[in-house]
Order: sequence, then C-alpha cells, then structure tokens
Amino acid sequence: MTDMIRTSGLVKRYDKVVALDGLDLEVPRGTVLGLLGPNGAGKTTAIRILTTLLDPDEGTAEVAGIDVQKEPHKVRERIGLSGQTAAVDEHLTGFENLDMVGRLYHLGRQRARARARELLDRFELDEAADRPAKTYSGGMRRRLDLAAALVAEPDVLFLDEPTTGLDPRSRGQMWDTILQLSRGGSTVLLTTQYMEEADRLADDIVVIDHGRKIAQGNADQLKAKVGGERVEVVVATTTDIPATASILGQISQEEVHIDEPTRKVTAAVSGGVDILGEVLQRLRDGQCGIVDIGLRRPTLDDVFLSLTGHVAEEAEEILEQAEEEEGDVREKEAVR
Amino acid sequence: MSSLGLAFADGAVVAKRNLIKIRRVPEILIWTTMSPIMFVLLFALVFGEAIEVPGVDYKEYLIAGIFAQTVLFGSTFTGAGLADDITKGIIDRFRSLPMSRSAVLTGRTASDIVYNATSIFVMTITGLLVGWRIHTGALEAAGGFLILLVFSYAVSWIMAYVGLKVSSVEVVQNASFMFIFPLTFVANTFVNQEDLPGPLRTFAEWNPVSAVAQAVREAFGNTGSLPEPEVWPLANPVAYTFIWVAIILAIFIPLSVRQYRKATSR
Repeated sequence: MTDMIRTSGLVKRYDKVVALDGLDLEVPRGTVLGLLGPNGAGKTTAIRILTTLLDPDEGTAEVAGIDVQKEPHKVRERIGLSGQTAAVDEHLTGFENLDMVGRLYHLGRQRARARARELLDRFELDEAADRPAKTYSGGMRRRLDLAAALVAEPDVLFLDEPTTGLDPRSRGQMWDTILQLSRGGSTVLLTTQYMEEADRLADDIVVIDHGRKIAQGNADQLKAKVGGERVEVVVATTTDIPATASILGQISQEEVHIDEPTRKVTAAVSGGVDILGEVLQRLRDGQCGIVDIGLRRPTLDDVFLSLTGHVAEEAEEILEQAEEEEGDVREKEAVR
Repeated sequence: MSSLGLAFADGAVVAKRNLIKIRRVPEILIWTTMSPIMFVLLFALVFGEAIEVPGVDYKEYLIAGIFAQTVLFGSTFTGAGLADDITKGIIDRFRSLPMSRSAVLTGRTASDIVYNATSIFVMTITGLLVGWRIHTGALEAAGGFLILLVFSYAVSWIMAYVGLKVSSVEVVQNASFMFIFPLTFVANTFVNQEDLPGPLRTFAEWNPVSAVAQAVREAFGNTGSLPEPEVWPLANPVAYTFIWVAIILAIFIPLSVRQYRKATSR
C-alpha cells in the first residue's frame, strides 16, 4: 500500500513556541487518519504545512508522493482543504462559491457549473443554492465548505476540525458524510479534539501533544494502552467512599481512583460481568450504599488523560481560545 | 492554456467574486461615494468663497484636486478588502487552490478600478451640479479620467501590500489616513502650491498627487488664466504621473505577490 501522506521530522517554531516538534506521519491510500489533540497541540500547523500554506522549519512532507515544499503547485492540484482553516465567501451564494472554486481548479466553465450543481444536490444544499452563504446555518456552511474541498475530486482530503462548533445533529450529519467519503476510497487526514469523533471516523489515530506524537493506533489499541475495563461505582454518601475503595482495592491490581464530588470510585478490573457480580456481592456484604454500578471500557478521553496527564490544562486552553474567538467575533462585527 | 493566460483567467474569476460582493452589499458603495459628494459640496460651498486662487474660478480649480484625493482614498478599499479576506480565512482557501499566485491581487486591483470609476462618476455629477464645467473636448476630458484611474490603480498595489502585511481592516484604514492626508493636502489640490511656505512648497511641487491634479485640471481646461508652472513635474504632469505609476508598480507588484505567498490567517 502506498502512503498518500508522509511526513518526517516536521518542526515548526513560532518565535519561542514550538508548534511541531519532529512529527512523523504516514497515511496509506484510502484510509482515514485522525490527528487528535487539545488546542495548541500542533494539529492545525501540521495541516497548514501539508496543504502548502506554511513552510516547515525542518523536516519533509509529501502528499501523493509530491514534496510540498519543492512542488507546492502540484500538491494543490491533488488536495482538498476544509474546516477551520479555509472558508467560504459569505457574500456569494452556495452555487457561486463552488463554481468559483471549480474555475480556480481550472475545470472549465461547463464542468465547474455541473460539479457545483452535483455537490449542492449531494450535500442537500440545492434549495439554498442561490442564497448568499451568510444566510446559511452553521451546519450548512460546513457542508458547503466540505463541498468546496471536494470540487476537484481530490486524492487527499484535509479536514481541520470539521465539526468544531456544530450542534449534535449537524455533527452527526457531518460524520455520516465523512464516513461515506472514506468508504468511497478517499484518503483523509482529519484533526479533532473530540475523542468520540476520532473513534467513529478514523482507521488510525495519532495522538499529539505539544507538537509531538505521543501515541498511535486504532481506537481499540489506544484503549488497551490505558488498561482494559473498569468498574465504576457511585456511592450514596461520601461516608461510603472509604469502604467501597478498600473493597475495590482488594479486587483490582491497580490503583483505585476516587472522585469525591461525584462520589465515584473506579478501578481497573479484568473478568467481565462475573467480576461485576462479585464486586456487587462484596459491597452488599460490606453494607455500602450504592446508587449506580457499571462496567465500562475506557473512552479515548481516558486515553488522552492517561497519556498526557493534563486534562486541566486542556480545559484552560479551550477557555482561553474561546475568549480569543469571542474577541475575534467582536472585531469582525465592528468591521461590518 | 499558457501560464499567463491562466493567471489572467484566475484574476477574472477573483474580480468577478469581488464585484458580486459590491452588488450584494450596496451599502459599501453608497457610503464610499457619500464622502466624495461631501468633499465636493464642503469645499465648493464653504471654501469656494473663502479661498482664492487668482486667475481661476476656485470651484473649477478645486474639482481636479478632489478627484485626485478621492481616488487616493479609494485605493484603501483594496487593502481593506484583502485584510478582510485574510481575517475571514478566504485567502487560505485561495492559497490552497492550484490557481495563479498573483490572481487574488490582480483580481482585487482590477475590481477596484470599477469601484474607483463609480466614485469618479458620482463626483463628476456632483461637480456639475455645483457649477464645475469641462472646457475641453471629449477626448481630452477622457484622458483626464484615464489618468485618475491609472494612478489609483498603481496606488491600489501599495494598499494591497499594506493590507496583506497588517491583515487588519482597521489598521489599514487608520494607517493609510496618516499618509494620505498629508499627501493630498501638501499639494496643489486645494490651494496653489506657490502660496505654500518654503519646504512645503517644494514638497507640493514634487508630490505626485499635485502632478495628477495638474494633469487632470489641464485635461478639463480648468486652469483659467493661471501661469504655466515652471517646475518640471508640474510643467510635465502627465509624464511625471506615469513615471510614478511605473515606479510604484515595479516595486509593489512583486512585493505584494511575495507577501501574498506568506499571508495566513494566523
């Protein structure tokens, strides 16, 4: 299988901040790679380098076998970019946007128009085709944006946080669309900060933090890294916590995790449903008040937390970014 | 298609996109033509009586100056438009497409000719209403309008560079005011340069805006019985204007295209 995307030792610095710190990626033809990480991890920088918008300070990057720095123009003929980085023109209608992109891919007048109509149909935007994009909902705008990336039927598709800021319904629609594309044989690199999204869409997941790859594998492999299943017990009152923790401690080989505010006690176990029965029995014998008990497999959130150990920082960064974005919006409003 | 042909075709696609925007947001055009109307009315009605340029009717003298000033201000539209495209991420979309590297800029500066032509048209009507007249033939007058458009096209390229460099609409507008005001006032636009004190007079004589105003004034036959200026730029205003146009384009086209290759939204 040939790699449609390949990077080796990519480094990018902004002043003193290291955005990428030696990133290696390989994406085989026809697969979906999920690049997973919090804000500021370097996901967008990687996309910007691969789509020729930015030059790396060190390292090499190839898309469809073409070096992005040596022959950027050839790379641009083979790729489609959508998501946070690129935008549609809000004053143009959906049709005009896609027609323009088609013309700039040099499809010619006839084909650009036909392709625009085709994509508007496919993304259920045909009714809104002749309305300016600024009248579109967030979900419609993203669909138009994705359609723009598909105009030239690119070999490689880059999706930069394709569902960030979408409501759950639009997000579900976007996921279905991306799954269809990947079933159709597209090679896709998508960035996301949602574990669930990577889990649903990606064949292979690369977890990055501070510009470095910290783990790679499919969702199951990553989950296995954090250990298998775990028993989660929610107790009735905080006074039940010590006894419960000690009982779980007898059964688990690993450390018992206590979350006081939610009265949740968790421990890694093995043995499936049988072990759940045993835990329940012992808790009853020990007269611990239980509100809820369950066996669950680790989510990718657990994976990320255990790999980086800094979920708090992530939340902080997201908050900062949210504030920045709010500022940006205000700026744009002022311009209008 | 040849690469030059492609560059031209891509530029046309971008120009069309910009013109659609002017059509969709007519407020932009309305408000930007309001300011030339205001300038014509203010200067003609307020200063028309107060300022005297011996040998010529001041209203006649003034119009060429206002034309020159307005197309200079109009060029900020180019920079603001590009800065806006960067902020909104549209430039990133364009830069990821296999289109000509200069098309976004040639398209933008081309569509801004339409924009400038519109404001010149509006000013012409306003000028005629307050009593300004063209005393030459149609061909000569057309030459005057052409000089305005060519000069504003060149300045558009300076503004394109500024817009890409600072990538903020407000900064483009504020920064350009800082140098457009002195350029348009320390000139023969609103007063006769010969009435200016020492160094300001020299500046005004060599200021390309003065040459533009002088060239346009002569093309419209608005010089009355003013004596022919002796200093070379104003004695040969058309040639001097075109020298500036050539210099500006030679410097700022390559500079802007280079800046475009680096321009990113973050």
